[in-house]
Amino acid sequence: MDTQTDGRRWHDMGGQDAGPICDNQHDFSLWEKRVDALMILCSGKGYFTVDGLRRVLEDMGEEAFETMSYYERWIASINQNLIESGAYTTEELATKMAKVEARGETYGDASLGK
Amino acid sequence: MGTPALVNDPFAVGTSVRIRPLMPPGHVRAPTYLRGKTGTIERAIAPFKNPEQLAYGLPAKEHMLYRVRFRAGDVWDKDAENPDDMIEAEIYAHWIEKMDQSHAA
Repeated sequence: MDTQTDGRRWHDMGGQDAGPICDNQHDFSLWEKRVDALMILCSGKGYFTVDGLRRVLEDMGEEAFETMSYYERWIASINQNLIESGAYTTEELATKMAKVEARGETYGDASLGK
Repeated sequence: MGTPALVNDPFAVGTSVRIRPLMPPGHVRAPTYLRGKTGTIERAIAPFKNPEQLAYGLPAKEHMLYRVRFRAGDVWDKDAENPDDMIEAEIYAHWIEKMDQSHAA
């Protein structure tokens, strides 16, 4: 191996063997579109930039790349960046998540709740 | 925050350059496959705030972004199917160094 490639990080894939390209088409689900919109909002409001999104995605490592879907990784990174930029605290996040969970698992349950 | 200072001297179009052969940890915007490779400045695009600082939520100085042109044979060596094909990549000034006599082929 060339010495200059020592220390190459997992996401820096240019020139590596990649195998065949998967050209399956699929639509995005509603929550995935919301994650995408959330990123645009966060950037527009100045909480963090797409560079921060990428930095956390890279730091999540190759295992996350193999086990989580594209937007699952995005929402994890967006959350990390929002905590780092002071948009909310982990405690506030936990309280909100518990509230949302209490509404029920489906839109039907949630609409019948308070 | 004020206007960030523009850092790094601009490289003239056609200048022979090398992408710095460094491998730091952290968020880096120069792909590994080009580090240590030689090419020429194709154009200066525009200055942008350094994404390697923005990635950590830090105030960032502006660095010039260049389009750098590489010969496939110089990048992939014997693996290049068409060694005279060109690859162009956008690289920030702080990752670029001028070729001097000790580097020239």
